[in-house]
Amino acid sequence: MTLKVKSPLEIYNLLPKTNCKECGYDTCMSFAAHILDRTAKVFDCKPLVRDAEKDPKAKEALQKILDLTAPEIAEVVIGVGSSAIKIGGEEVLHRHEQTFYNPTAFFFDVWDTMDDKKIEERCDWVVSYKKFYVGKFLTLEGIAVRCTSNDPKRFAEVAKKVSEYGKPMILISLDPKCMEAALKEVSEKRPLIYAATEKNWKEFLKLALDYKVPVTIRCKNLDLLKSMAATFRQAGVKDIVLDPVTEPVGQGLKATFERVIQIRRAAIENGDKDVAYPIIVTPISAWLLDGDNVTKSYWETVIGGIFIVKYADAMILHSTEQHVVMPLITLRFNIYTDPRTPVQVQPGLRAIGNPSPEDPVFITTNFALTYYTVESDLTSANIKGWLLVLNTDGICVEASVAGGRFTASKVKSLLEETKIAEKVNHKYLIIPGLAARLQGQIEDETGWKVLVGPIDSGRIKGWLEKNWPPKK
Amino acid sequence: MKKFTLEEFFEVLKKYNVEEIQGVKIEGDLEIELEGSAIDLSNLLPVMNLINELANFFYHAKMTLTYLQRISSMLGIQIPIQLPLVQPEIKPAVPEIKLVPEVKLPPEIKLPEKLLDLKFKPYRAEWPGKIEEVKLGATKSEGGTREYIVTLGGERALAFYTFDSSQPNLPVVAIDVFDKPPALAKSVKVHYEDVLNDPAEWAKKCVKKFGADLVTIHLISTDPLLENRPAKEAAKTVEDVLQAVKCPIIVGGSGNKDKDPEVLEKAAEVSEGERVMLASATLDMDWERIANAAKKHGHVILSWTQLDINNQKTLNRYLLRRAKVPRNSLVMDPTTAALGYGLDYAFTNMERIRMSGLKGDEDLNFPISSGTTNAWGAREAWMTESPIKDDTPWGPRELRGPIWEIVTGLTLALAGVDMFMMMHPVAVATLKEIFNTLGGKSKFEVKDLDAWINMEV
Ligand code: SF4
Repeated sequence: MTLKVKSPLEIYNLLPKTNCKECGYDTCMSFAAHILDRTAKVFDCKPLVRDAEKDPKAKEALQKILDLTAPEIAEVVIGVGSSAIKIGGEEVLHRHEQTFYNPTAFFFDVWDTMDDKKIEERCDWVVSYKKFYVGKFLTLEGIAVRCTSNDPKRFAEVAKKVSEYGKPMILISLDPKCMEAALKEVSEKRPLIYAATEKNWKEFLKLALDYKVPVTIRCKNLDLLKSMAATFRQAGVKDIVLDPVTEPVGQGLKATFERVIQIRRAAIENGDKDVAYPIIVTPISAWLLDGDNVTKSYWETVIGGIFIVKYADAMILHSTEQHVVMPLITLRFNIYTDPRTPVQVQPGLRAIGNPSPEDPVFITTNFALTYYTVESDLTSANIKGWLLVLNTDGICVEASVAGGRFTASKVKSLLEETKIAEKVNHKYLIIPGLAARLQGQIEDETGWKVLVGPIDSGRIKGWLEKNWPPKK
Repeated sequence: MKKFTLEEFFEVLKKYNVEEIQGVKIEGDLEIELEGSAIDLSNLLPVMNLINELANFFYHAKMTLTYLQRISSMLGIQIPIQLPLVQPEIKPAVPEIKLVPEVKLPPEIKLPEKLLDLKFKPYRAEWPGKIEEVKLGATKSEGGTREYIVTLGGERALAFYTFDSSQPNLPVVAIDVFDKPPALAKSVKVHYEDVLNDPAEWAKKCVKKFGADLVTIHLISTDPLLENRPAKEAAKTVEDVLQAVKCPIIVGGSGNKDKDPEVLEKAAEVSEGERVMLASATLDMDWERIANAAKKHGHVILSWTQLDINNQKTLNRYLLRRAKVPRNSLVMDPTTAALGYGLDYAFTNMERIRMSGLKGDEDLNFPISSGTTNAWGAREAWMTESPIKDDTPWGPRELRGPIWEIVTGLTLALAGVDMFMMMHPVAVATLKEIFNTLGGKSKFEVKDLDAWINMEV
C-alpha cells in the first residue's frame, strides 16, 4: 500500500508559479506533471533553485518537492563524476505499471591475488566493452574488487589501481581491517562496500559513517536483514544496499528468488521503508558449483537473467565471456526500456548486404521491433536490397496504415529525400503485405510500380524467388 | 465501506488527540470513505487508509500536509510519504542534488551496541482468478494411445510464486519437428542432421535423447509457396509421428492462412482420440473451421495473436463464444519475440495477459505457449561474428545460440508461459532445470555460500 500523495497540483503549489518557461515547459503546471512522472527534474526550475540559495522558504519548498517525489525504493549512487551510477529508485513491481528506472548495474570482479597484468586486462575489458544495439553501444558499469589475499596492504593497493580506471567500484571483503585499508585509498571515489554481516556489522557501520560510502548488508534471514538496515539507518547511514544472499542452485536458489521478491514486494506493497533499498544479487555464486566452465558460465547467465527480470538493482558477475555478457546486457536493456514510449529507429534508407542497382527496394516502418525484424529477416536470408524506413512515429505497419501514419504522400517524400531513384536502375517498390491497400495510391502518387510483399518478412525469401526480378 | 462525514472526521481527530487544526478552511461537504466500520488502533490497515483518505482530502482542499504528519507522528506511524518529520532527509551526493543541506553527523556519534529487533512481514498476494487447466494427450483409459498426458495451467499466482500459492503444473517443453528440412541455424542443425528427412525418427530422437515432454510436428511442406503438399498426405506424417512416439503431440500448419484450416482439419481427423493441440487459429483466417475440427475430434486449439492483448482477448472470445470451444481446450500463443528483438513486448504482453487472467478476466485465463525457437532469429544466436565493426568480438556462436534460446525462454517463463516450443537440446535441458529449481524440485545444494568472496578463480 502506497500513501504517496501524487498529484501535479501538490507540486505545482510549491513551484514559483510564474510560468517563466525557463525549465523548458510552457507552464509550471506542465512542469509539475513531468516531475511527477519523472520525465523532468525539479532542479530544472532554475528560479526555484536560485531562490533556494537565499530564501529558506524556497529551500523548504524545494526539499518538499524532493521528498514528495522520492521514489518508493531508495536511490543509491555509486562512484563519482560522469561515470557514477544510480541504483534503485524503482516505483513498481511490473514494468507495464509505469517503467523500471535504473537498469541493473553490472560489476565484474577482479581479485587481489591476481597478478597485475591480469587485473589490467580485466579492467581494460570492462572499460572498453561495447555491444551495438538499437542504434547505440551498450556498455558495462563497474568493477568489483575481491580481497582474496587477506592482506590489507595488497587489497588497498589493488583497490587504488582499479580506481584509476574511473569506473564505479564495489570493494569486497568481510574483514573490516582490509576494508578500512582500501577505503583509506579510495573512499573519495564513493565505492560500495561489501559487506556488513551479522558478525562484522559494528565495524562496517563505523566504516560507512566514517568514510561516507554506501554499504551492503548481507544476510539470508530477512528479519535480521531488516533489523540491520534499520539499525544502520537510525545511526545515520542512508545509502544502503541489501544482499539477501544468492544461493546458486536447488532449493537455495528457489529461496533466493523468494527472498528477493518478498523484499521488493514488502517495500512497494506494504510500504516497509526498512527494506526499501536497492537489492544486489551475485550470479558469481554460480562458480561455486561443480562442473566445467561452460556449465558454470551458463548457470551464471541463468541467475543473472532471473534477477534482471526480478528486481536486482546491481549484480556481481564473474564470466567475461560473450555468451554471458551479451544476453544479459541485452535482456537488461529490454526489461528496462520504458514501455510507455515505443522504441523507434531513424527513418531513412538502409543498404542491406551491399546491394547493387538491380536489387529490390523494400519499405517498412520505423517501429524498432518491425524494423529490426525485417532487417534481420533480410540479412539472415542473405537478401541484398534497399530498405526504406518510413517515419510512422514508432507505430507498426498495421496500426500506422489504419491510423494514417503510413500514407502515399509520406512514401513519396521518403523516396525523394533518400534519392533512392538515383541508386537503383528500376522503379519497383515492395510494400509490406499489411499495407496492401495503399498499393494503388502509392503508384498514383509516386509513379513507382508497387508490388505487395508478404505479410511476414520471414517470407520475403520465398516471395522474391517467385516475384523478383519482376516480370515486365 | 462506510461514508465518513465532516463531523465524524473531527471526532476522529479528537480521538487521536488532535486538538487544533490551524489555518484550515473547510468549505462545502466532505465525505471520507473508510474501509471497515470502526477505527481500531490495534489494526493498522484502517488507520493507514484513513491517512490515505485524509491525504486525498487535504489535497482536494489544497492544503499542505503538515496535519498529516502530525496525525501520523501522534499515532507513531511512519508514513511512507517522506515528509521531513524531524529533520530534512539527506539525499545521496549526486552532483545535481548538492543543494540539499547535508546533515552533518554529530561529532561524537554513539554507535549502537545492539541491533534493533524487527520482524520482516512478507506480503502475500491473493488473486481471485485461476488459470484453466488444459490436458494434452490421451492414454488408453481416455481413448487414446499416449503413455502419459501433460497438464498445462492451473496457476493461482504468478509463475513460481509458490509462496503465494502452489503451482500444480510446472512448464513443459515441446521440441519442434518439421515434415521437410527447414532452414536451421548451424548449431541447431548438427543435433538433427541424421533425422532431418524422417519426421518420425526426428520425433523419437526428441523424446528419447533430448527429453521432450511433447513434440510438435510442423507441416510446413503444405505451404503453397513451398511444396504445396496436399493436406491429406501431410496428415499421414501426423499418423507416423503418433506411431513413433508415445508422448502427447502438437500439430502445426505452415502458417498459410488459406491452407492451414484444411491441413489442420485433416490432421484433427486422423488423430481423433489422441487429444493433440492444433496450432494455430489466428484472427485473419478461418478460425471457426479449425475450432470445429478441434471440437469434433476432441482436440485442443492454440489461439495465436501478434503481441496484442486486445486481439488475444478478441480471438479467445470468438473461439469460446462463437465457436463454443470448451474452456479446457484452449491455449494461447501471444507471440514470442527473441531476446533483443522485441522480447520486451513479448514479456510485458504475456505478463499482462497472465495478470489479467489471475485478476479474473475469463477471456484470458488460459495457459500460455511460447514459440521459443524464434530466439534463433536473433543474429546474436547464429551469426559467426558481429557485423558491427566496433563491437567487442562475439565469441563462439556455438555457445551464444543455446543461451539466447535459454534467456528468451527463461524471461517468458517468469511472465507466465506454461509450454515452450524449442529446439536446441542444451537449451531444453537448461530450461527444464530452471523450472525444476524455481518449482522447488531441484536437489542440488551449495554449502558455503561465502566461498566465492575468497575464491581465487
Ligand atoms: S522554470 Fe520554474 S517557474 Fe519557470 S515555468 Fe518552469 S516551473 Fe515555472
